[in-house]
Amino acid sequence: MLVDEFLEHSARRFPDKTAVVCGNRRLAYREIEEQSNRLALALIGEGVQRGDRIAIYLDNSVEAVLSVFAILKAGAVFLVVNPSTKGDKLSYILNNCRAVALIADAKKLDGLKDRWAHTPHLRSVFVVGQDAAGPPANGLKLIGLETVLYHRDAPSQSPPKRHIDIDLAALIYTSGSTGRPKGVMLTHLNIASAATSITTYLENVPADIILNVLPLSFDYGLYQALMAFKVGATLVLERSFAYPYAVVETLIREKVTGFPIVPTMSAVLLQLDLQKYDFSSLRYITNTAAALPPHHIQQLRKLFGHVKLYSMYGLTECKRVSYLPPDQIDVRPTSVGKGMPNEEVYIVDEEGRRVGPGVVGELVVRGSNVMKGYWELPGETDKVLKPGPLPGEKVLYTGDLFKMDHEGYLYFVGRKDDIIKSRGEKVSPKEIEDVLYALDGIAEAAVVGVPDPVLGQAIKAVVTRRAGACLTQQDILRHCAQHLEDFMVPKFVEFRESLPKTSSGKISRRELTVAVGEGT
Amino acid sequence: MSPVPEIAQQLRQFIIDNFLFGQDGDGLSDGDSLLDQGIVDSMGVMELVGFLEATYGITIEDQELIPDNLDSIDKLVKFLTRKLQRVS
Repeated sequence: MLVDEFLEHSARRFPDKTAVVCGNRRLAYREIEEQSNRLALALIGEGVQRGDRIAIYLDNSVEAVLSVFAILKAGAVFLVVNPSTKGDKLSYILNNCRAVALIADAKKLDGLKDRWAHTPHLRSVFVVGQDAAGPPANGLKLIGLETVLYHRDAPSQSPPKRHIDIDLAALIYTSGSTGRPKGVMLTHLNIASAATSITTYLENVPADIILNVLPLSFDYGLYQALMAFKVGATLVLERSFAYPYAVVETLIREKVTGFPIVPTMSAVLLQLDLQKYDFSSLRYITNTAAALPPHHIQQLRKLFGHVKLYSMYGLTECKRVSYLPPDQIDVRPTSVGKGMPNEEVYIVDEEGRRVGPGVVGELVVRGSNVMKGYWELPGETDKVLKPGPLPGEKVLYTGDLFKMDHEGYLYFVGRKDDIIKSRGEKVSPKEIEDVLYALDGIAEAAVVGVPDPVLGQAIKAVVTRRAGACLTQQDILRHCAQHLEDFMVPKFVEFRESLPKTSSGKISRRELTVAVGEGT
Repeated sequence: MSPVPEIAQQLRQFIIDNFLFGQDGDGLSDGDSLLDQGIVDSMGVMELVGFLEATYGITIEDQELIPDNLDSIDKLVKFLTRKLQRVS
């Protein structure tokens, strides 16, 4: 099945049903279908070819959701860039995948003006919130998105399909150990397989109403939209969880049945006074990104007694790996469960041999949800996609260390490499260190993860200053906030006289990690 | 009660110190949405509320925690002025 058909099938079955609620806007499946068809036709009109890459740089919004489907309908590949991504990283990503078009908010355009000279592949920008899009700049054509979507006389039929399910549907950029983000290549088949498995174990039905506050740039947020459309459910989209009471009011008002969260959200939820609310419509809560602390689980179970609580684990390279059936959460709260339907997972030792219960090894994932590789990085791809049981087959070596109990339930132990997992996002220490070294006055820098009950790991920068430099913690955090996405800005900064070195003279992150881990 | 420009300045300074790590706030106008600008998230809103309660001696009710009251310096000033009038 093609991912664009998720929308098309639901629009045929439930044309008048509400597909998306966002702020005070409610759009039926028919409207989403027609508007995304118009945008798809406009993209094709701009010369977009099958397989071209198109970036979406928007906050959670109706436009972001329908852009995803429009790009797929045009036979192209979408990427959703986190709206907190800074200009230089955005240009890197646009150039890395040679994106031909960008869909961005008018408010962001001013900040991007200087970038156009450095993105030679980009031909057009579709601008949200600006009718007359103004004159072209640097050979770029600016097009008002609303004039395309609401052009009533324009055809609104889906363009003929020119793609098949083993074509790429999405690139999702994730941190790499080299410090440069890597594009995870996902085909229509990869996404449809993952979405089918997940909606199967969540028992999603068209009557579901799913509340998503997670950014669509995060695959967990993106899949809420894809899965809602796949089953013909209603997606309630919020920009963020910044105003938790407002989100809870929405949840009650819209009679939400499914609420995906991450541990930082459960930490906030548990601070609120929720006694007065009636949560009887809510059927399930899912958690992923980092494990929920056991005392959160207990409190959530107390607060939402009738609600099924799913603890899950995954990585962008295969979307989801495992889920813990809700009836097991009180029995083994620290487990992330077993492989999802239509997927095989196992643990191997250093030689690739399967290990039994209680033995720590690397988790391997086998299934049609596993990515095609990293965009134009064959070497990096070969490190994680390795030969599987069948001739020519590739399976995913996750780099995550796990063990299983006697009944086959999985437990996360740690990472094989230096990658930090904070808020469920992989964070490359190198990427942050590169930014730190660009700051005048920094002599040496190392970035490590320290255990954090809510974030999984919190980011800590350990630095030495040049002689005479009087950098403060605030100077360093300000510099990081200017150059990194929010989730990469360190939580802690420690100043030292010197950093531990390996015998070859390189800074030893491992030694720092051990020392820091013991100290917290 | 502090005059309005003074409140606006205090709020701006708090936002600069805590959410912008001391970056100059030139790009931030009093009408800008703190959410749109990526300045606050849910933890940020909680910190902001803690600051308002401690600095101005007010109690903010759960139902007042909405973007209409808190999402820009202008909105914060209006909200605070209203709350402080009720206190005095």
